[in-house]
Amino acid sequence: MLLDANTSMDLKIVSLISVGKHPTSGRARRAEQDGRAVELGLSVAEAGRGKQNLTVLHAGDSQQSALRSYAGMGLESVRVIQLRESADAVSPLTEYLRKHAPDIILTGVRAESGESSGMVPYLLAEKLGWPVVPRIANIVSIKEGVAEVLQALPRGQRRALTVRLPFIASVDNAAAEPRQSAFGPASRALIEQQQASSDADAVRSEWSELPARKRPKRLKVVKAKTAADRFKAATAKPQGSGGKVLKDEPVTEQAQAIFDLLLEEGVLR
Amino acid sequence: MSDSDYSDILRRDPRGERIARNRLHPLHSTVAMQVGEMRGPSGLLRKNPHSVGFIGPNGIKRIDRLKGNAVAMSGRRNAQSSQEVLLPLHQVREPAFTIVVVPDMVGGRLTAHDKDILGQAHQLARSMENDSTGLGAVMAVVFGSSKEDSFDKAGVDRLLLLDGSEYEGYCPEQQVTALEQVEARIKPQYWLFPDSVHGGTDLGSRLAARLGERPATQAWQVNTETTICRGASGSIDITRDTPRLLMLAQECANPIDETRHEALPVEWAPVQSVLPELHDLGQVAVDPNAIPLAEAEFILAAGNGITNWDQFHATAKALGATEGASRVAVDDGNMPRFRQVGASGTWVTARVYLAVGISGAIQHMQGIGQCDKVVTINTDAGCDMVKRADLSTIGDAEKVLDELVNLVATHRQQASHNHSAEKEGAKDAA
Ligand SMILES: Cc1cc2nc3c(=O)[nH]c(=O)nc-3n(C[C@H](O)[C@H](O)[C@H](O)COP(=O)(O)OP(=O)(O)OC[C@H]3O[C@@H](n4cnc5c(N)ncnc54)[C@H](O)[C@@H]3O)c2cc1C
Repeated sequence: MLLDANTSMDLKIVSLISVGKHPTSGRARRAEQDGRAVELGLSVAEAGRGKQNLTVLHAGDSQQSALRSYAGMGLESVRVIQLRESADAVSPLTEYLRKHAPDIILTGVRAESGESSGMVPYLLAEKLGWPVVPRIANIVSIKEGVAEVLQALPRGQRRALTVRLPFIASVDNAAAEPRQSAFGPASRALIEQQQASSDADAVRSEWSELPARKRPKRLKVVKAKTAADRFKAATAKPQGSGGKVLKDEPVTEQAQAIFDLLLEEGVLR
Repeated sequence: MSDSDYSDILRRDPRGERIARNRLHPLHSTVAMQVGEMRGPSGLLRKNPHSVGFIGPNGIKRIDRLKGNAVAMSGRRNAQSSQEVLLPLHQVREPAFTIVVVPDMVGGRLTAHDKDILGQAHQLARSMENDSTGLGAVMAVVFGSSKEDSFDKAGVDRLLLLDGSEYEGYCPEQQVTALEQVEARIKPQYWLFPDSVHGGTDLGSRLAARLGERPATQAWQVNTETTICRGASGSIDITRDTPRLLMLAQECANPIDETRHEALPVEWAPVQSVLPELHDLGQVAVDPNAIPLAEAEFILAAGNGITNWDQFHATAKALGATEGASRVAVDDGNMPRFRQVGASGTWVTARVYLAVGISGAIQHMQGIGQCDKVVTINTDAGCDMVKRADLSTIGDAEKVLDELVNLVATHRQQASHNHSAEKEGAKDAA
């Protein structure tokens, strides 16, 4: 990570964490993406002045033991905005962030429990008026108040973006894996509580939640009008409509045709 | 030869022709069967009981199980098979309401996911039409240049194509501004986005935050009243009222396949361009062989027809393609096992699959079922891979690959030349 001298001194980072849910056992745990957000926050902070520049923030229940597994990554404290279970987390978070004015806010892409709509970074960005960068894999450098970040794209691709501080970013699964959580430091870490009041999420209280049903598989429906057509659909080999075949053309022309197709599809970079 | 080839041969039926000419022949009515409905003088639909069914070859009256297709099949089979079926046109003159779909358009084309969303949009439109009067239109908002030519068959009634230079690359802020204008001018009944990593989720979330709508994400069963969406990373189903803005999961509805739509271009005043806070520096080169084979976008696969392996690896490197192989290439020790494509290897999803010297055994074809464009280089024009491929070149792989590498090299050289020339120009200007 490259930081220039003035930014490294007073770069304030906040990683937002939530309580994860193990996919099979359903137990509370450190969430995958939030762990990565803390890891990325730690590595940016360590490249600068040190770990104390990173605040790890949770809005919810301070008694939740899964929060300690974040602290076990080498944090001295985890800050918790104490909220009732059904309360909306966005407005107290906005209040906190507006007051403390960090430079970078890191979140996961989607929470592992609850609605998991992935809207938190967008709502915060809208309220604070900051840019939001979704699905980043790394922060490459921060120079003169401009950060260069790598965004994870599907199919293992990466895109480089620059964005002016302050900004909000959600951290993709492609980012570096979170370091191991150690039990001793985790239990010694301080959980700093902070009271806040927030309205209950009224819209959500009207929803009903059930364990996920298996989704029906899509069937291949044959819309044949006659018996002959149905028979054909059931027995015939699926055959492509047959593409262009270059048989007697010289080699240069054949290669050119392939090259043109690759270029048109945009896979040659 | 497949049976479609047989059916393409024009066969004369001299006896049938003779009967068709002779109006007094007892079988005349079966040959010159009236297709289409008959109307009586008062406009009533009439059925002619004498023309139901036909007289079989041995003089016995038969039920027509081919639903009137028999005539066409006996005489003008060729004409019919070459003629494409024209689906009925769904027209919306004055839309009573609009449902807006913002497709991903990966590579400039509608994805299967996009088509599902368009199908969902029409489902919603149909059930709203049942409640109220007037037809609704489904409008697609497409950013950037588009290569799609079947918007009409996918169910797009209105098409808003925004392809100015400000929509090149990654520009979510500009796109959201444009969508805000759509909101202000059209007031869509619903906003539908694919909930996908290709940008649908990003754009949908941005618009939801901007408009202050609470969206449904990962929605997979939607009607006008309730929506079921997946929550808690796919482990619970949330049943809720249908919001105005939805991000839909894959296979939420069936794509449109029985109607054609107008895909009328929408006139749009230019959107003011915003000063973006995110600047796209373009995609970064990643090592193609570090990408998992199942995810790779562009695969160069080798089969038994490859003899010069050094050249193959060099080609893959020059093209920036991920390497794949058929089972024979792997069994012979030329490629590692994890590169095998097919039934007992990896099922790939590449957008472009370039198969060199692969015959296309069924076990291999199963693995490339999801590939978009298949290109092949093979010496055998009759092999199954050529039948599947969108572009085939018949010739020796070594020579074609050689030529291809040359082309790519000159292309790269030119590109870098232009790039440096641009830099020079910028310097001069400064
Ligand atoms: C249970 C089972 C599972 C299997 N699973 C898989 C699987 O997962 N994946 C898989 O790939 N196979 C699998 N197979 C093997 C499969 O049946 C075929 O044997 C194999 O795919 C053939 O590989 P090929 O096309 O490379 O070789 P071949 O069939 O030998 O084809 C070579 C092709 O190269 C062409 N050629 C030759 N010389 C040249 C040249 N100089 N230039 C250009 N072209 C040339 C030839 O015309 C021919 O078309 C499986 C088989 C079984 C029984």
